Formats: sequence, structure tokens, C-alpha cells
Amino acid sequence: MRSAIVDRALDPAGLAAAVSAPDCGAVLLFVGAVRETNDGREVSGIEYTAYRPMAERELADIVREAEARFAGARVAAEHRVGALAVGEASVAIAVGHGHRGAAYDASRYVIEEVKRRLPVWKRERYADGTREWVHAGTGAASALPGAR
Amino acid sequence: MPLRVLLFASYADALGASEVDVTLPANATVRDVVAQLRARGGAERLPPAPLVAVNQRYAGPDTPVSERDEVAVIPPVAGG
Repeated sequence: MRSAIVDRALDPAGLAAAVSAPDCGAVLLFVGAVRETNDGREVSGIEYTAYRPMAERELADIVREAEARFAGARVAAEHRVGALAVGEASVAIAVGHGHRGAAYDASRYVIEEVKRRLPVWKRERYADGTREWVHAGTGAASALPGAR
Repeated sequence: MPLRVLLFASYADALGASEVDVTLPANATVRDVVAQLRARGGAERLPPAPLVAVNQRYAGPDTPVSERDEVAVIPPVAGG
């Protein structure tokens, strides 16, 4: 397993290479990128911030969980922080597995858990010069089972 | 007992600081930390029961806290 919170451009091909092996019938790469619109507004970039030591640990936990749930999966994931332009990669997840089904399942598990619990926030900058924190949820502790 | 609480993103903006010092009773819990924060100016933007991490793990409202713990209030996450 490999995971990191980084403040440089991601290297998706490097992550894919890290999980590739002769027993892999499938090497799957997911890349999340900054989109040019959100809720109908024109986005010029996103600034990502993290509670870095916790985010490093939480991402490592998620990757380990994926490898445990989907036996035989090799997983590597990185999340970038800092100021990103439209089209730049914010998250990359690579999974190597003997078969594609488990590779897709493991990749999906990692991105959904990242969205649910990685302590990372983003502030969108809009073409009109304003910026706003993006709030996907309510912030209530009940949103996470472990925090109830 | 004094405790320094870490704030991030929109919560740091709401309270105007990325760290705030609170004073807690003995045998305090996460619930007491939140109550202290919510009594501050700007804290009306915090939900009644926000996510909290103690020593970098999500922790429920009844989790005990001591002055040696690292306590952070976690806004709705938005990674990915």
C-alpha cells in the first residue's frame, strides 16, 4: 500500500506503476480533477486545505481497509493540497488486482471513503472573483458513524 | 483545565482563528469543548454537534478530553 497527502502535481502513471505486478489482470486508475463549473457557476480554480497529520493517517487507513476488503488488491492513493487550476488532478487512486471486478470495487471504496471522511476542504474560486468553501454535508457528527 | 482547539476551513473563518484556547471543567468531554466554542462570537455558524477529532481520530460527544489531547473541530469534509 502507498498513500500520501502532497503539495505537488500528482503522478497518476507513477501510482499505477506502483500497483502493477505480473499477477495483475487489471490495473485501474481513477483521477479526480478540478471541474470548470459547479452548481452552474464558472470555477477558475480550487484551493485545497487539510488537517494534514490526520488526513495522512486517514488516507492510509482507507487504503489498508480496501486491501483488506478486496483480497489481493494492491492500492495506492494520493490527494493533493494547495491551489489547483481547472483540469488539474486533486486525487489519484490506483488499484492492481488479478481481476477487474475487485479492482473496480476497491477503487470505488477508496474514493467514496475519501469523500466521506478525509479531513480535506476546498474553497472554490469563481470567474467573478468571489470564493467560497464547498460544503458537501451538514457538518453534523451524525454524518460519520465513528463519531456518534 | 486549559485546552487549545484546532479549527479549519469555514470554522476557522467563522471564529476568526485557526486555534482557540478554552477552559474546561475537570472530567471534560467533547460535548464540553463544543459548548465552550459555541459560546464565542462567530460560532453561530457551527452546527450544534459538529464533527470533532481527538488525537486525529473522529470522536463522539461523550469522549473524554484532557489538556494533553489534540482536539480539532472538523467542518464538513470536501476532499476528492
